[in-house]
Amino acid sequence: LTDAIPHHPNPQGKGEKSHGGDFSYVGIDAILEQMRRKAMKQGFELNLMVVGQSGLGKSTLMNTLFKSKVSRNKSVQSNPEERIPKTVEIKSISHDIEEKGVRMKLTVIDTPGFGDQINNENCWQPIMKFINDQYEAYLQEEININRKKRIPDSRVHCCIYFIPPTGHCLRPLDVEFMRRLSKVVNIVPVIAKADTLTLEERDSFKQTIREELRANGIDVYPQKEFDEDAEDRMINDKIREMIPFAVVGSDQEYQVNGKRLLGRKTKWGTIEVENIAHCEFAYLRDLLIRTHMQNIKDITGSIHYETYRVRRLNESNGHVISQTSDHMAVQPKANGQLEEQPGALQANGVAAQHEALSHEM
Amino acid sequence: MASSDVARQPDKGARPLSLAGHVGFDSLPDQLVNKSITQGFCFNILCIGETGIGKSTLMDTLFNTNFENFESSHFEPQVKLRAQTYDLQESNVRLRLTVVNTVGFGDQMNKQESYQPVVDYIDKQFETYLQEELKIKRSLHNYHDSRVHACLYFISPSGHSLKSLDLVTMKKLDSKVNIIPVIAKADTISKSELHKFKIKIMSELVSNGVQIYQFPLDDETVAKVNTTMNGHLPFAVVGSTEEVCVGNKMVKARQYPWGVVQVENEHHCDFVKLREMLICVNMEDLREQTHTRHYELYRRCKLEEMGFKDTDPECKPVSLQQTYEAKRQEFQAELQKREDEMRQVFVQRVKEKEAELKEAERELQGRFEQLKHLHAVEKATLEEKKRLLDNDLTSFGNRRTAAALLQPPGFTVNGKKDKDRKNSGFM
Repeated sequence: LTDAIPHHPNPQGKGEKSHGGDFSYVGIDAILEQMRRKAMKQGFELNLMVVGQSGLGKSTLMNTLFKSKVSRNKSVQSNPEERIPKTVEIKSISHDIEEKGVRMKLTVIDTPGFGDQINNENCWQPIMKFINDQYEAYLQEEININRKKRIPDSRVHCCIYFIPPTGHCLRPLDVEFMRRLSKVVNIVPVIAKADTLTLEERDSFKQTIREELRANGIDVYPQKEFDEDAEDRMINDKIREMIPFAVVGSDQEYQVNGKRLLGRKTKWGTIEVENIAHCEFAYLRDLLIRTHMQNIKDITGSIHYETYRVRRLNESNGHVISQTSDHMAVQPKANGQLEEQPGALQANGVAAQHEALSHEM
Repeated sequence: MASSDVARQPDKGARPLSLAGHVGFDSLPDQLVNKSITQGFCFNILCIGETGIGKSTLMDTLFNTNFENFESSHFEPQVKLRAQTYDLQESNVRLRLTVVNTVGFGDQMNKQESYQPVVDYIDKQFETYLQEELKIKRSLHNYHDSRVHACLYFISPSGHSLKSLDLVTMKKLDSKVNIIPVIAKADTISKSELHKFKIKIMSELVSNGVQIYQFPLDDETVAKVNTTMNGHLPFAVVGSTEEVCVGNKMVKARQYPWGVVQVENEHHCDFVKLREMLICVNMEDLREQTHTRHYELYRRCKLEEMGFKDTDPECKPVSLQQTYEAKRQEFQAELQKREDEMRQVFVQRVKEKEAELKEAERELQGRFEQLKHLHAVEKATLEEKKRLLDNDLTSFGNRRTAAALLQPPGFTVNGKKDKDRKNSGFM
């Protein structure tokens, strides 16, 4: 017998945070430090997928983002046919990187062959299948009886989609891909090789893209519906006004004004990759890595994965019963059931079946 | 928690790579912490101890609050648990703290079942979480986690040894919750007695196989302090929310004629150690142990109890889904069988009833016929009698008229006499 008195607000507020000497200090805020320690110890995982036609600079961009050779540039093959795969392949490479004590397992998933064939219908299918396979693997591990302490997370957290810098509008392939995939994964569209566009061209191109995305109902990251509060919305609105980011990638350093910077050297000047006046690489880096990385992972875990899970668990019942399964917790045990606790079965709608049968009788 | 489980082992497929510059993902722990700040934290403490041993006072002292608990009576027929939830805040950290106290523990004459309500409560919290986790549409990140993260077991300061109730209860709980034993009202024990008492308690726990919570040693930053603290278990605590002036400061203390016991003085009691260990250093680990060890154990046992397995008799992996399907079919088949049985029984009963009714109807019909026959017979008899009577009447009437004709006309006044003479003449 328990009677819980919920949410009894503490009348004596405590705002003191100084340590020692101040006897009203409890130490609850020390949990932040504990969490930080635990996170540092466990390390992080990040899975990024890059999608785009060959030659748009996907590998270079990854290398620029992580300041190391995370993707092997395709070496020049002697036989040009060998370079273009017949179907979309999925190539996943993992690296352990570390910065200031923070360890991360970075997995870059490359999709060579996307958009490269003459007939590109359904070229998103292998990619969709790969993403769903990762969700499936996670789900299988999660529903095991004996499961691992930390389920290895191979789910794709973010998919960077490279738009060729035509300057006009999105192509049918772009629209089709983003429309389908934005429902299962976070998509961050970028304009590749943006150094071919002048600033005006770039802005109008971006405008067109944004309108087309809106017109087709494509929700790219950061999605409006997942803004948590007003502050979040403000920050994300600013970002939404800037996507797609026009990026330039480079892994070579040049001397500019006495400093060594990453850039692309041409006859008419050197494009500084990390200079926001030149291209928006820095914004992309900040979004992906410095500010929103945790949020990207959270949305993947708590929304995209859950959507997949709901669909998958409902599928196995043969019909959609997601409404009834929400009210499983209080089941009148009118008919003597087989198992002592039909609790777990409720999740798969067994009790819903049982409910239906009991009404017949 | 073995360090190999927690530390990230480099995977076979992942090559270590060095970075040529500052990328910026060192802000990840900060991002994580910020998210947690927004969400807030949950912590649930269960206090088990006899009535009056000082559980509520210790909670008040630990969290610097007045939790407004009232004193319980000693006459509870059964052990009950009372859970209260509070929202606390310190700097920018919001904590939803639930304190569960046992009411009437150790007061009954027969204490055999005293541990059961506690075990039931802990299991119920696990069960609620399991239900949520197994739902199809679930919201785990919004879920108010009510699972017990730490259990403070209050030992009476007898100075001798543990009571059998203590041993039995702790044995039942050690695989379900993180147990931190504390010696309550430690100001009644002298220093030397305390030292012996602690040793006795720990050896009794060990010899009875009770696994209490060990402060984790795998993180170098805290391993040293945790090791020291592990050696001070069980903590001898004194609780007080009253303040006494000592020197020129107001401190939490208990004032006696012979001196002042200061709660936060480490020479006087282990309160500061408890606070340090429970809150400042290991709160997160307590939560993690509850989730990864105790809850997983509960979940595993529960699912296995219901017949789910990971591998079937041939040791091939069986998906939970297949098991669900099989179970569901089995269940449906059973229900169908029951339905058929009931239907049969119903039909049977109907037949029987019909037969009964028919029988009754037949009987009634028979009786009706019988009665009808009786009536007919009687009627016939009566008719016969009536006919005879009619005959008599008619013959009498005939004779009267005949006699009246024979009579001389003058005697009509004394008709009666005449009739009488006539009648007597006749008879």
